[in-house]
Amino acid sequence: MIRLEKRPSPSRLWTVVTPVLAVLATMIVGGLMFWAMGKDPFETIRTIFWDPLFHETFGPYSRPQLLVKAGPLILIAIGLSLGFRAGIWNIGAEGQYIMGAIVGAGVGLAFYPSESILIFPAMVIAGAFGGWAWAMIPGLLKVKFGTNEILVSLMLVYVAESWLASMAQGLLRNPDGMGFPGSRNLARDFPAASNLELISGTGMHWGVVAAFIAVIFAYVLLSRHMLGFQVRLTGEAPRAARFSGVKPARLILFCLGTSGALAGLAGLFEVAGPAGQVSIDFGSGYGFTAIIVAFLGRLHPVGILLAGLLMALTYIGGELAQLMLGLPGAAIQLFQGMLLFFLLAMDVLSNYRIRLTKPEAA
Amino acid sequence: MDLSSINPILLIASLMVAATPILLAAIGEMVVEKAGVLNLGVEGMMITGAVVGFAIGVNTGSPALGFIAAALGGAAVSMLFGVLTQYLLSNQVATGLGLTLFGLGLSALIGKPYEGMKSPVLQKLDIPVLSDLPVVGPILFGHDPVVYLSLILVVLVWYGLKFSRAGLILRAVGENHEAAHALGYKVIRVRLMAIAFGGACAGLGGAYISLVRVPQWVEGLTAGAGWIALAIVVFASWRPWRVLLGAYLFGGVSVLQLNLQAAGLAIPVEYLSMSPYVITIVVLVFISARGQHGAPGSLGRSFHASG
Repeated sequence: MIRLEKRPSPSRLWTVVTPVLAVLATMIVGGLMFWAMGKDPFETIRTIFWDPLFHETFGPYSRPQLLVKAGPLILIAIGLSLGFRAGIWNIGAEGQYIMGAIVGAGVGLAFYPSESILIFPAMVIAGAFGGWAWAMIPGLLKVKFGTNEILVSLMLVYVAESWLASMAQGLLRNPDGMGFPGSRNLARDFPAASNLELISGTGMHWGVVAAFIAVIFAYVLLSRHMLGFQVRLTGEAPRAARFSGVKPARLILFCLGTSGALAGLAGLFEVAGPAGQVSIDFGSGYGFTAIIVAFLGRLHPVGILLAGLLMALTYIGGELAQLMLGLPGAAIQLFQGMLLFFLLAMDVLSNYRIRLTKPEAA
Repeated sequence: MDLSSINPILLIASLMVAATPILLAAIGEMVVEKAGVLNLGVEGMMITGAVVGFAIGVNTGSPALGFIAAALGGAAVSMLFGVLTQYLLSNQVATGLGLTLFGLGLSALIGKPYEGMKSPVLQKLDIPVLSDLPVVGPILFGHDPVVYLSLILVVLVWYGLKFSRAGLILRAVGENHEAAHALGYKVIRVRLMAIAFGGACAGLGGAYISLVRVPQWVEGLTAGAGWIALAIVVFASWRPWRVLLGAYLFGGVSVLQLNLQAAGLAIPVEYLSMSPYVITIVVLVFISARGQHGAPGSLGRSFHASG
């Protein structure tokens, strides 16, 4: 008989090994799925995980994309991981990402066609503020009224999407755009507000720099700072946290606010760079994929950095497989969902010890 | 703007249609939560039911078979959640989110070939004489069978939870799983059955959107209906009748805003279409401001029999 025995504390070895196992299991089951869809499983897996980096013709084009896609994922996931550690569930990062982009781009567009170097910094601050303010709604409601932050933050994603549609067709619409929805292109037509590649051919833009800074900041916060200790304590032992004087309200507002601000930043860097404009279909699902990234990275800053790069790879590889092998785009979405499932399933190995016992005599 | 174009009788009749998917999903989720399990994957199960129901409905030409397949499909994906949370003791919030993301991907993949197709029509239950009555006729007797099924389900759940032995065991498991375990009840088995029931209900609700309400398949069809169902369970303080009330109120809001859009109200369309979500938030605030009455004691906690 198989019996599970709770470990006193999660096994460090298994905490590191399980994500790797989960990725392998996803590749195997995903391969079977691709095979069932009539594709060569080995070729498909290679196209997704190998070709974007090392293929002779596609590599040079897709390698920079890795950082472009990983930047927002890491930035958002770092913020989410703080809350997830403390049992505060912000799952509306997609909405905060959109609001960051709208507010940030709005501030920039208000000064069109100025060439002041202050415009971009102002947009960055406005973007972070937009995301922060949007996340403060579930935060304040939770603190004041005890409203469930999961539901409120998620509802606000749909509100933000409607807002985005309204902005793209109304207030922020390009006056020279002949009536088409969508704002002026910040990346192309507005140099002072654009977030372009910093080093040509690498995909590195300010958002990627911000993501790396966020990783370092989160690492120091969690391992060296009192606030980080309180975040960890609240997650692992809520009662002990309360006795030791952690103020839950402060922590909720900090976690939601930080994750909102980071998601807002990600939105701003995206709208001013890779996306270029506020358009109806700006929301790209980064806010939801970042949830997978946060868990895959074990809610640890360094883990999230690696998980973000891997998830970015599946995005790029997925596009490549779509182009080369006619793999449906949704297959990659399913692939990512499967990865989260395998990871959660294998968590049992880090939290429990498996014991084989003889059936007891009745 | 022409408000007189809004017919109150048709409004109430279409309100019931709009509320049915959410009602089905919410009543299922309420049973799951009564058993002490928080399954945040309602949206994922609904959209799986929507696509499975639509595919089977189109291929067989029978909406009834579509609904049956949708219930089975919803229950099947809910078992992924069940195995993970009950046997492998994974975090329920994270696993529920995972189920939603998984369901969205799965449905997009299955649904691709069905985009733009029309579903077979579900016949209304035209009861002779009764459905021709003025006012009462179209409101009470002019619907399709699934609307009545959802109402019957509310009654059954209310009766089952309150008066049957099985309902008592389910509530005991949800209130205090250690005590229920000590009494010899199979906590995990009860919970798995509740989760499967919730999945089947969510699947039915999803299929109602794709086969009746819209009736088409488009990616992301459910558009947050599963999350609203979760909010309605909280709004209802885990009581079946208030689930019904909540779902119909919500159906009313969403039908009214569609009618106002059609009547050409001076408010931009985007603001009207965000209104159901905003109103849900406002209602949640009011409910939670009065304290969390009625939440099952073991809600969201994993059960692991030690020793």
